[in-house]
Amino acid sequence: MRQIESQTITDAIYEMALSAGYSLPEPVFAALQDAVERETGPARVVLETIVENAQVAAETKLALCQDCGMVVIFAEIGRDCHLNGDLQQAVDQGVARAYRDGYLRKSVLADPLRRDSNTGDNTPAVVHVKLVEGDRISLHLAPKGGGSENMSAVDMLVPAMGRQGVIDRIVEQVVRGGGKPCPPLIVGVGLGGTMEKAALLSKWALMRTMGEASPDPDTAALERDILEAVNATGIGPMGLGGRTTALAVHVEKHPCHIASLPLAINLQCHSARHQHVVI
Amino acid sequence: MHRTAKGESMSAITLTTPLERATLAELRAGDAVQISGVIYTARDAAHIRLIELLDSGGELPFDLSGQVIYYCGPAPTPPGQAIGSAGPTTSYRMDPFAPRLHALGLAATIGKGDRSPQVREACRQHGAIYLVAVGGAGALLAQSVTAVEIVAYPELGPEAIRRLTVEAFPAIVAYDTHGNSVFPTDT
Repeated sequence: MRQIESQTITDAIYEMALSAGYSLPEPVFAALQDAVERETGPARVVLETIVENAQVAAETKLALCQDCGMVVIFAEIGRDCHLNGDLQQAVDQGVARAYRDGYLRKSVLADPLRRDSNTGDNTPAVVHVKLVEGDRISLHLAPKGGGSENMSAVDMLVPAMGRQGVIDRIVEQVVRGGGKPCPPLIVGVGLGGTMEKAALLSKWALMRTMGEASPDPDTAALERDILEAVNATGIGPMGLGGRTTALAVHVEKHPCHIASLPLAINLQCHSARHQHVVI
Repeated sequence: MHRTAKGESMSAITLTTPLERATLAELRAGDAVQISGVIYTARDAAHIRLIELLDSGGELPFDLSGQVIYYCGPAPTPPGQAIGSAGPTTSYRMDPFAPRLHALGLAATIGKGDRSPQVREACRQHGAIYLVAVGGAGALLAQSVTAVEIVAYPELGPEAIRRLTVEAFPAIVAYDTHGNSVFPTDT
């Protein structure tokens, strides 16, 4: 059985959290640059500002956004490997070091109802574990900002609402959010399963490389239709109006009960600072 | 003039703090502005403290008259920089507090996203404005900040009230003094 030291996990998390703080993934940056060309007026100025901000962040090593998020990790752990140590601890050590060394903002409260309980090192991270084939560990890291997370929702739809009902509910959520979640967005959708499964899938959908369509043709078509409907709202960059309300929609489906149509909508701001590594 | 990434420019109106009501009355939703002078950061926790202070008859840590509150909790300042990343946070969370502060003389707030009808009405009523800066542009906006000083509540960390000295800080008028809004979602 392949042995993996917890220090290896800590180091990987450290590197990813630091990079995420200052640099956008290439597909996100490219999509923002493309969007500039489609817009005029304030929408164009906003997108140009976002693109320029990414360049300034990379040069100055100032964080892309002062909201450096709460760190969310999806760890896909091969069942033929053995981790020597505690996963949560290994992740948190990497997060704490990166947020200290990178001058990233610490935004985590130990007690949600106590404003004076900041943990001081942006830990703990939210860690989701999935057992998979093989002897590798795949780590996805996403610093999740409060603004876009606050505009997310889980709704238990009635099955009769169907495909159009799903699209309408997502559009409603995006309109309700307006400029608050920092559009242009990436919309993560979890459809089916149970209430908590849908929520988890909506976050997992955001771990996919931005703009990559679902491998399932039906789901990919649904993604295209949602994207078109969301961009037809005219909400635009930062809610100031425009064609570009979302850069991409990612949908993950799961089988569900005959009585249910769980729908989770996880909004991701344009600062989609996701990182991925395989150990 | 605000120079953008593509070298294009959008004419911006210069505002100097403390803000004059007469100047604010000339602004219209959608106008681009650049603020120079002093602005104060305050977000969720600081607002709770300020309102508690007012309720108990205490004196605020700074005079609100003609001043600007920036909804911002900056990232830590790296060595050699004036401030860390410092973009706007979402404004609606401060909606319950803004009308009361405007009634006490607050001239402008800066944040992101649309707000309650009560805030828009408070702007109209008190001749104040709501400005939006580009969310997620904290590294770029930090370039407009030349000095920072903590004014109150240092124990709140990023949520402490800070006095920022700014030069040509770019923003867009979202709610003007006449009841207009820049957001297409507002009717």
